[in-house]
Amino acid sequence: MKILVAVKRVVDYAVKIRVKADGTGIEFANVKMSMNPFDEIAVEEAVRIKEKGGATEVIVVTVGPPKAKDTLQTALAIGADRAIHIETAEADVIEPLAVAKLLKAVVATEAPELVFLGKQAIDDDCNQTGQMLAALLGWPQGTFASKVVPEAGAVSVTREVDGGLETIKLSLPAIITTDLRLNEPRYPSLPNIMKAKKKPFEVKKPADLGVDMTPRLAVLKTTEPATRKAGVMVADVADLVNKLKTEAGVL
Amino acid sequence: MAVLLIAEHSNAALGGATAKALTAACQIGGDVHVLVAGHNCGPAAAAAAKLKGVSKVLVADAPNLANGLAEDMAALIVPLMAGYDAAIAPATASGKNVMPRIAALLDVMQISDITKVLAADTFERPIYAGNAIQTVQSKEPKKIITVRTATFAAAPDGGAASIENISAPGANGKSSFTGAELTKSDRPELTAARIVISGGRGMGNSENFAKYIEPVADRLGAAMGASRAAVDAGFVPNDWQVGQTGKVVAPELYVAVGISGAIQHLAGMKDSKVIVAINKDAEAPIFQVADYGLVADLFEALPALEAELKKAGH
Ligand SMILES: Cc1cc2nc3c(=O)[nH]c(=O)nc-3n(C[C@H](O)[C@H](O)[C@H](O)COP(=O)(O)OP(=O)(O)OC[C@H]3O[C@@H](n4cnc5c(N)ncnc54)[C@H](O)[C@@H]3O)c2cc1C
Ligand SMILES: Nc1ncnc2c1ncn2[C@@H]1O[C@H](COP(=O)(O)O)[C@@H](O)[C@H]1O
Repeated sequence: MKILVAVKRVVDYAVKIRVKADGTGIEFANVKMSMNPFDEIAVEEAVRIKEKGGATEVIVVTVGPPKAKDTLQTALAIGADRAIHIETAEADVIEPLAVAKLLKAVVATEAPELVFLGKQAIDDDCNQTGQMLAALLGWPQGTFASKVVPEAGAVSVTREVDGGLETIKLSLPAIITTDLRLNEPRYPSLPNIMKAKKKPFEVKKPADLGVDMTPRLAVLKTTEPATRKAGVMVADVADLVNKLKTEAGVL
Repeated sequence: MAVLLIAEHSNAALGGATAKALTAACQIGGDVHVLVAGHNCGPAAAAAAKLKGVSKVLVADAPNLANGLAEDMAALIVPLMAGYDAAIAPATASGKNVMPRIAALLDVMQISDITKVLAADTFERPIYAGNAIQTVQSKEPKKIITVRTATFAAAPDGGAASIENISAPGANGKSSFTGAELTKSDRPELTAARIVISGGRGMGNSENFAKYIEPVADRLGAAMGASRAAVDAGFVPNDWQVGQTGKVVAPELYVAVGISGAIQHLAGMKDSKVIVAINKDAEAPIFQVADYGLVADLFEALPALEAELKKAGH
């Protein structure tokens, strides 16, 4: 069984982003970029399944600018076998629906039985791509996975839902999107980072896959959220309760 | 213009998120119909029919819809969309699971997690954990939208919509529900509570949640939440997580205890009306968003707070 994993290069989760003053977007100059944290979890899960003998090959794919190559290298260093870079221009706007269509085309040639994606990219916070890919392929989906158990011809997925946990069974091929508690991704070792550089790496263009990337949504502007006005420090618990009662009026 | 609102429900009851998403649906305009898809979901449908602003409730009642499998929900909803200009759902775990599947089958881009309706085709939505707000316009022939319920007030009762039964396609055969492990609680639901008290890694273990947070929550009639660190450490169940990738809450009062205030946590609570932070580290970033900050050891402050609330008649 082959496993495909979709990874996205995003602003590192620890960076506090800045909005451009002219409303045209986010400031990317000199900002640290990393693999979307959910996608690291996705790569880790696929590699673990392979290490346990449950898969023959793990292929990672990204849609992004030339620098997204780094993200694929990280995935290869974690333990993926080969990478596909669908290269776009730095300024291109790439929407989840277009990514899903590109991934569908990759699935058509690679024929994986499982595709892992993150539940959400922490830049656009869309939470769409995996579900869209499942729809386009007519495959079942296990979103927000906190446990994945491969079985014969199927996979059991425990999902994080609003009331707790739910378990579903999907026949293969299937799509899984990862939640935070699925696993703790390893740090790639230096030898594995070096080895990753020699692994097969293929570069394609969206047009090679016959996908129209024209954005469907127009972003009219991007602004700072409203800031909260500075608060006060209270001396003790009695002071706190008093202020909540008399000043804030919430008790 | 006609809008189909996909109800959030447990079959036996309508979820509070539905009435909040209805407010957004009404702002988009036109006739609003509610779809209640489930099994033995009559009570949820009856509750939906009473919401003000709903002109019709469609009920699809079938065993394979009992647990809202995305494959079966999409197969039901996509054909219905011939009669609607927009489908809208609260951005709950089920809304997030189902709506993108519908969008892709209709070949349209979804607009996720809207926080404001500016026009029938223009919305605000947060990106980067709420550190930027995008204004997006969709010229798609059908709009597929999920709603961040924390920012919309619940539509009141006062309606008397007609209820129409519709048939549903059979089970898809590729996915099946095998079980659930739901957290039981008599407390108000996290996203609907007027007061929320959350604990973080500083709580140390699950016993301390019970020993220190619970008594205060009891006095306040509050829901209990947590940071990711507290959930990851196994102190409390996953569905307590507040944040960018957990639940988004905006109660009248949010009390953060032993939580440092990472961007990802703030994303889930910074629209609360009043924020209280209790942390022993005066430099903790949580104090930057707090209206009232108390630098203290939580193991001393929480029992004192409980006693003080008791004294004040809570
Ligand atoms: C992709 C991604 C998604 C994430 N999503 C979320 C999310 O949805 N929600 C979320 O919360 N986090 C999320 N996080 C994690 C986030 O980055 C932080 O790691 C997390 O919020 C930290 O939790 P914490 O504040 O409880 O722990 P810490 O940062 O360790 O803070 C503990 C605090 O407790 C205080 N403390 C300790 N002992 C005491 C005491 N005795 N009395 C008083 N104070 C004490 C300390 O001073 C400290 O400030 C996400 C991270 C990533 C990468
Ligand atoms: N440009 C991209 N390239 C590869 N995978 C992506 C891309 N965008 C999104 N994904 C995948 O889809 C998941 C969800 O992203 P989103 O729907 O944008 O929140 C991510 O965690 C990735 O696994």
